[in-house]
Amino acid sequence: MTAVFTAADLPAFFLHFLTLSLLSIGGAMSTTPEMHRYLVAEQRWLDDGAFTTAIAIAQAAPGPNVLFVPVLGFQVAGLAGATAALVGILLPSTLLSLGASRWGSSRRDTPLVRAFTAGLAPVTVGLTFSSGWVLALPFVGEPAHRVGGIALIVATVIVMLRTRLAPIWLIAVGAAVGGLGWV
Amino acid sequence: MTPDIPDDRPRPRSPLDLFIAFTVLALQGFGGVLAVAQRELVERRGWLTREEFVDAYSVAQLLPGPNVVNLSLMLGDRFFGWRGAAAAIGGMLAAPLLIVLALAASYNRLADEPVVAGALRGMGAVAAGLMLAMAIRMLGTLRRNVMGPALCALLGVATLIAVAVLRLPLAAVVIGFGLAGWAIARWCIARREREA
Repeated sequence: MTAVFTAADLPAFFLHFLTLSLLSIGGAMSTTPEMHRYLVAEQRWLDDGAFTTAIAIAQAAPGPNVLFVPVLGFQVAGLAGATAALVGILLPSTLLSLGASRWGSSRRDTPLVRAFTAGLAPVTVGLTFSSGWVLALPFVGEPAHRVGGIALIVATVIVMLRTRLAPIWLIAVGAAVGGLGWV
Repeated sequence: MTPDIPDDRPRPRSPLDLFIAFTVLALQGFGGVLAVAQRELVERRGWLTREEFVDAYSVAQLLPGPNVVNLSLMLGDRFFGWRGAAAAIGGMLAAPLLIVLALAASYNRLADEPVVAGALRGMGAVAAGLMLAMAIRMLGTLRRNVMGPALCALLGVATLIAVAVLRLPLAAVVIGFGLAGWAIARWCIARREREA
């Protein structure tokens, strides 16, 4: 049973996303458990299915993953909800990041700032491999899609490393091959 | 805010140019924008070197907020100050937001179509390949790292295991290994300066 969202709920809803913004270290996805707790378990504006659907939609569409947040807002309260959720999740973190990056780049030649970027670089590379692995996992784990999926992943890696082709063409090929049922 | 960009390097002509570039790359970003951003900004347009991209992204993911939004903000700010930051974030979000809301309104009908489900699966596999190719390209940036290849490999592999195998929370991994890397790199810089 879901609860009805009224215009009077909007300020608290906005405030909640403002707070989540400052907690979203590592990306908006890292606040998913807290959003689920607030929207589904506590306020009951959404059910589990609607919550999962919002994330699936954002992953199917082009653009940053953070767009699952306005989709959640849209499901709760239409365009007003989408706007409040998106502005809320972005505003505090964006202002903080702008200040922090300006502070850092004005001191980029000091040993502390140089050590910061040098020390983080291998962690960033490790995280990028992890993301690739997590995205590839559904294909490795599922026998029905294993051969086609891995073939498409390997072909993509080879084309990316050997050519200067724009990624959109590879995505179009992926959609076509997948739509034909080969993946 | 354009401290050390060499004059002969290609760069955006205006905030509008930035807005268009970020819109183009965001619209190609199925299953994550990062790999496309690296492809478009570094390899195709040449606005940044690979090292600069890795540096900016390292900082972007340690700050709160969506990583690619922070990255857009930092790159836009570097070329045109706050107007550039706004143009880059606007380009990254505006067109995809319209698409995602349109999808949200029609999702339940589309998802039951086997052709649509298959196409999404194919796009997912390509997204995985794009991410892995970017990771392989990033390896090259570590060659000149002050910590040397062995320490870089140790930190990178430890991060991979912590996130992909042990599934530890991302924030804890980034903060924990980030601080460790920072301390190690600080020590390596100090040692190199003593030797020089």
